[in-house]
Amino acid sequence: MNTPQTLLSIRNVGKHFGGLHVLQDVSFEVPAGGIYGLIGPNGAGKTTVFNLVTGLLAPSSGTIEFQGESLVGLPPHQITHRGIARTFQNIRIFKEMSLLENVMIGMHEHLKYGAGGIFFNSSACRAAEKRARERAFELLSWLGLEHKAAMLADNLSYGDQRKLEFARALATEPKLLLLDEPVAGMNPSEKTLLMEEIINIRNRGYGVFMIEHDMRFVMGLCDRIAVLNFGRIIAEGSPDEVRNNQEVIEAYLGREEEAA
Amino acid sequence: MLEQQLLNALTLGSVYALFALGFTLVFGVLAVINLSHGAIFMVGSYAALWLVSHLDAPLWLAMLGAMLLSGTLGLLVDVLILKPLRARNAPHLTPMIATIGVGIMLTSAAQGMFGAEVLRFPEETLPAGEFIVGGVHVRALEIAIVAIAFILMAVLFTALKRTQLGRALRAIAESPKAASLLGINVEGLFHVTSFVAAALGGIAGVLIGLDFNAITPQMGQPMLHKGLAVIILGGMGDIRGALIGGLFLGFAEVISKAYLSSQMGDAVAFGLLFLILLVRPSGLFGRVLERKA
Amino acid sequence: MEWFNDFWSTYSTLVFSVGVHALLALSIWLTLSCGLLSLANAAFMGIGAYVSALLTLQLGWSFPLVLLTGGIAPAVVALLIGAPVLRLSGVYLAMATLAFGEVVRITVLNLEITGGPEGLNGIPLETEGWHIAALLALTIYGLARLRRSKVGRAFEAIKEDEVAARLMGINVDRYKLLAFTLGSFIAGVAGALNAHFTFFISPREYGFEAAVDILTMAVLGGISSLIGPLLGSSIITLLPELLRSLHDYRSFVNGAVLVLVVLFLPKGLWDPRRFRKWFGKAKGAEA
Repeated sequence: MNTPQTLLSIRNVGKHFGGLHVLQDVSFEVPAGGIYGLIGPNGAGKTTVFNLVTGLLAPSSGTIEFQGESLVGLPPHQITHRGIARTFQNIRIFKEMSLLENVMIGMHEHLKYGAGGIFFNSSACRAAEKRARERAFELLSWLGLEHKAAMLADNLSYGDQRKLEFARALATEPKLLLLDEPVAGMNPSEKTLLMEEIINIRNRGYGVFMIEHDMRFVMGLCDRIAVLNFGRIIAEGSPDEVRNNQEVIEAYLGREEEAA
Repeated sequence: MLEQQLLNALTLGSVYALFALGFTLVFGVLAVINLSHGAIFMVGSYAALWLVSHLDAPLWLAMLGAMLLSGTLGLLVDVLILKPLRARNAPHLTPMIATIGVGIMLTSAAQGMFGAEVLRFPEETLPAGEFIVGGVHVRALEIAIVAIAFILMAVLFTALKRTQLGRALRAIAESPKAASLLGINVEGLFHVTSFVAAALGGIAGVLIGLDFNAITPQMGQPMLHKGLAVIILGGMGDIRGALIGGLFLGFAEVISKAYLSSQMGDAVAFGLLFLILLVRPSGLFGRVLERKA
Repeated sequence: MEWFNDFWSTYSTLVFSVGVHALLALSIWLTLSCGLLSLANAAFMGIGAYVSALLTLQLGWSFPLVLLTGGIAPAVVALLIGAPVLRLSGVYLAMATLAFGEVVRITVLNLEITGGPEGLNGIPLETEGWHIAALLALTIYGLARLRRSKVGRAFEAIKEDEVAARLMGINVDRYKLLAFTLGSFIAGVAGALNAHFTFFISPREYGFEAAVDILTMAVLGGISSLIGPLLGSSIITLLPELLRSLHDYRSFVNGAVLVLVVLFLPKGLWDPRRFRKWFGKAKGAEA
């Protein structure tokens, strides 16, 4: 089971807040291409993993590498520049901006013009802005939002807001896209639509690494899955391997019982 | 001499603490920096002066009246301004900006009604008498100021610690949402807090007015800034911190005035405030707040 | 033309003030557009005023150079204090900048070279109407360009959601410092212009009240476009003239304006979104 090309590698990562150990000795590798899933019951520490990878939090121990380079200690914006983008569980789009502007925010780092260019409205600046707008339209059209480009993001439906968040993340030109519970709060038909969008994104060559606690949804979508429970990885492998793992079954059955 | 200065510092520091207590209480419970607190302090001192000189009220009654009036003003600010802003879920700096406006209105109103000149309590209304204790001149007035300040603070501390009301307030300070789920009348307690805080600000105004025997419409502003310095020193929303911070500022100011220059006293306060914000925004004596991303 | 001469001799100071206040309102607009409530702009204006006045009085520098230095001096201060101060957010930032303003005011009050509480007298009249007009136009143009560029979008993003902005690859700290420093530069130039038409400056003009006035202009006008601060500063400057009969109660109106705007017009007077709502699909004005 060798992964020919590892995109993101997390090794022996631990995170504690004071005496509270949120993650302990977490290790797994996200290969280039395909959809990788991180699942686990609520409160297992999944979002913390994303916060560590994107630099919002610093790990207490362990290493996080992206394409062989350590991400630990880098500020979030530089991690984004390295090629990691993410969405949030509780959608965080810029509501007071148009869809087009939202997506163009994602392109920030790729717009290479300086103060002089801005002030004198240089042709280089105009050209860069024009290219950015066209690319933003393209990204919006990938998600079927191009006809709403001028709308304020605030006026979008919940499902469309999620799609806009995808488009905005893609605008940073990432190699790996982190999706934090992308279908949380969606109805079944919206879920199916978003599932298709995620597959489309994968098919365009982006690596996708998603968090989800809905097992069924993940099983049908992911190529590989890691299972997190109480801050530890209890299983890792293909959906079939994970599905039949005794510990996973217990973790999830235990949860079902609690919920019942 | 040092002992004399220490007495001055204690007097000043206890009033600072009293003023800052109301300030920090509002921040702790309502999560609002109420920048009209300085103007309410000023209103308190004019109210007492007016009661004493126009109605010949005895000083204790004037103090009570001043607390009542300033408390009511605080309540009105909460009901008329802060409440609608809460209802609208306004960004957290909005109420602060609104209270700046209230402060300007009150200051301007005082100036319109009483003029810009310095007013004084009639000499005969002040507690007379002076003792010499170990070579230190102690005015009866100073004893009264320190005593009143500490009694009020003791009452407040006890109320917060021991009563149902205090427990409810502390619950709100932790989380208004959780408190309201527990059946606590959050809005009602916001009103109570606003009233009590402003009343404390008002009485602090009377005490400072008596101590310096000088009342002007502008007197609230430097006090406001000192109050800010104190609550940042003590940790915003931290009741005990306000007490310690108030005393500390009183001493720092008096000592630096005595041994540096008179203007430097103010510079010390703000220099300190500025530095603390940069180095330790949670306050010198406050708990360390861990803010998450 | 005679009526104009009469008008000008009576009101030129007022017109100058409108222009200078417009610059100040734009300076705080810049920081607000990046989500920073900084109350340091009055102090930056003061630094600009004092530095420029001293350069004129003591060293006899030429006016353009004085103006430029009047902007650069506070900008350097802003750069120095920016890194630690801008780590603070919300209320803490407001308090720190307020404290900084007081430190500046008290320092000026105690220095010999600044003339202490008496201030500086006899600053030569160098500012002419067209200076203010030209610099204001330049500032408006520059800010309008900025708004439509990646920098303006970055400011907006930071204002709306700092964390999301970081994760979109925006170097939030750097842009905050940029907004803070550029704002201080504009405020400093405004201070320099002001010092050279009022003959006289004193520490009192750059304290907390001035900081609040500047904030009021932006809050009243609204910060969703550049028109807001221009509108707000004009109203706040002209209002006292219209209310002369109110004497002591004049500033009462300023306070009331602040409260009422916050309560009833949270986006300020100039709010393109509200206009769009009023006039249906008709496109609201954009600056």
